[in-house]
Amino acid sequence: MPLDVATIRQDFPIFRRTVRDGKKLIYLDSGATSQKPEAVIQAEGDFYRLHNAAVHRGAHQLAEEATDAYEGARSKVANFIGAQAEEIVFTKSATESINLIAYAMSNAPTGSRFALTSKDRIVVTEMEHHANLIPWQQLASRSGAKLSWFEVLPDGRLDLNSINSVISADTKVVAITHQSNVLGTVNPLEAIVARAREVGAVVVLDACQSVPHMPIDVKKLGVDFLVFSGHKALGPTGIGVLWSNQLDDLPPFLFGGSMIENVTMESATWAPAPKRFEAGVPNMAQAVGLGAALDYLNAIGMENVFEHEMQLTKYFLEELQKVPTLKIVGPLDLENRGSCISFTVGEIHPHDLGQYLDSQGIAVRTGHHCAWPLTRKLGVPATTRASLYLYNQESECDLLVKAIVDAQRYFA
Amino acid sequence: MELDNLYQEVILDHYKHPLNKGLSDSYDVQVHHINPSCGDEITLNLSVEGSKIKSITWDGVGCSISQASVSIASDLLVDKDMDEADAITEQFIDLMHSKGTKEGDPEVLEDAVAMAGVSKFPARIKCALLGWMAYRDAADRIKQSGSARDHRGSGQ
Ligand SMILES: Cc1ncc(COP(=O)(O)O)c(C=O)c1O
Repeated sequence: MPLDVATIRQDFPIFRRTVRDGKKLIYLDSGATSQKPEAVIQAEGDFYRLHNAAVHRGAHQLAEEATDAYEGARSKVANFIGAQAEEIVFTKSATESINLIAYAMSNAPTGSRFALTSKDRIVVTEMEHHANLIPWQQLASRSGAKLSWFEVLPDGRLDLNSINSVISADTKVVAITHQSNVLGTVNPLEAIVARAREVGAVVVLDACQSVPHMPIDVKKLGVDFLVFSGHKALGPTGIGVLWSNQLDDLPPFLFGGSMIENVTMESATWAPAPKRFEAGVPNMAQAVGLGAALDYLNAIGMENVFEHEMQLTKYFLEELQKVPTLKIVGPLDLENRGSCISFTVGEIHPHDLGQYLDSQGIAVRTGHHCAWPLTRKLGVPATTRASLYLYNQESECDLLVKAIVDAQRYFA
Repeated sequence: MELDNLYQEVILDHYKHPLNKGLSDSYDVQVHHINPSCGDEITLNLSVEGSKIKSITWDGVGCSISQASVSIASDLLVDKDMDEADAITEQFIDLMHSKGTKEGDPEVLEDAVAMAGVSKFPARIKCALLGWMAYRDAADRIKQSGSARDHRGSGQ
């Protein structure tokens, strides 16, 4: 079903404001963070206005309501990705989720399938966001494990030709992004998961750019861990998700209140998952806000969101490529591709292009997009990225194209 | 337009026709600076004669603001005494942090006053400062190695 974008846009208060001296806001930076519908802002505010109390703690009505709201949000997240509530850990961000996994692995006792030694290997890809690269570099250096990676081909796809040698027999962890936040490439999970299974490696999926944009069912993906950030899925900042169906085998990473089973002066034991991974009073209002965001997306339907973005991506790709000297960095076809569209425009530096677009009210991201090794590999100092969401429309593409052409004149 | 305030003619001129770009074969100090938020990179060679700056050459990739700024700096600071160059650098840094409230002294900063508009664009201040920070780092190293030499000398 086609989206009624005009109506959807009315749900997002930010689209009522203007930028740079009265210009209409053309927001093409949802890959960095999405805008928020009124329902999410309301839910977060209502938590503070009506139900605020520390979850799982107080012996009073507000604590009960807060706990219900927080645990209700956990169930919403679980339903959204086809999981069980006890498989969902709330963190502050995807970045924290990945660090949690990597540090928990460091804490795993010798002999645990999560414990790494110098005999083991961690595999990533050249297109990872720094958040799914550096924690693994660090785990490799703490444990002595080797770090290997899939290379990216000039067309923006992973080079899977050498999959059996990259994911070698000694591989314990394969950490990979579902959709590249630079190229838009959706990676071929099936082949990678199958090979990881063969060698007994766990697969960690960075789903930051997929969960907000397409229907996801963790049962079908076959991965061991999945992470995403609430703020890229219409939710508040400060709330991230870690999913796994193997949390019980993983030791905790952060220690403190609420994550324990029993404590003496000498030692402590841990609560069952997911609580053992949620030390301290969590980001409650933000979790509740994320629940509201997922309700909002469900009401529209993730199939519809996906279809809308695909049609829009097709239009953007076609129109952008009509601009002389503009080069798309990433797949040119829609096959296994999402709505992050990076490009270069002749000799105009992306920072200058972004500044010009901003003067026209158009918000894009420029730079290396927290994937510096990838831009280096692609041989460009930086790119400009337009990233789309359910509230974007074709007319915004037309304005972008016009502004790029004007920028070419401006910097000529 | 606010944008024209940022992209002054002088800046675009320096960007299109940068001065002192291309690294000299010999130098006293070479530094490499990166702007981690956008990936701009610059290598700068500094040569001195006593306390006087003999040459500044550089190479790098980056936006018009960062490239123009290092071009202007390399032209402005050469032949100056290092103390004077430091004072000019301080004035430039101060101008960049002025949030659009200062125009800069053209007697001291010459072409660099064209950068004043940058101070109203917080995300671009680092671009404008990249080359100047590289110079300052290079100058500091020269001074340190100089004083180290003096120190060794006096110790004998
Ligand atoms: C692919 C990908 N992974 C990880 C992250 C990190 O997300 P966050 O900064 O919300 O922790 C991002 C967002 O910038 C991303 O796009």
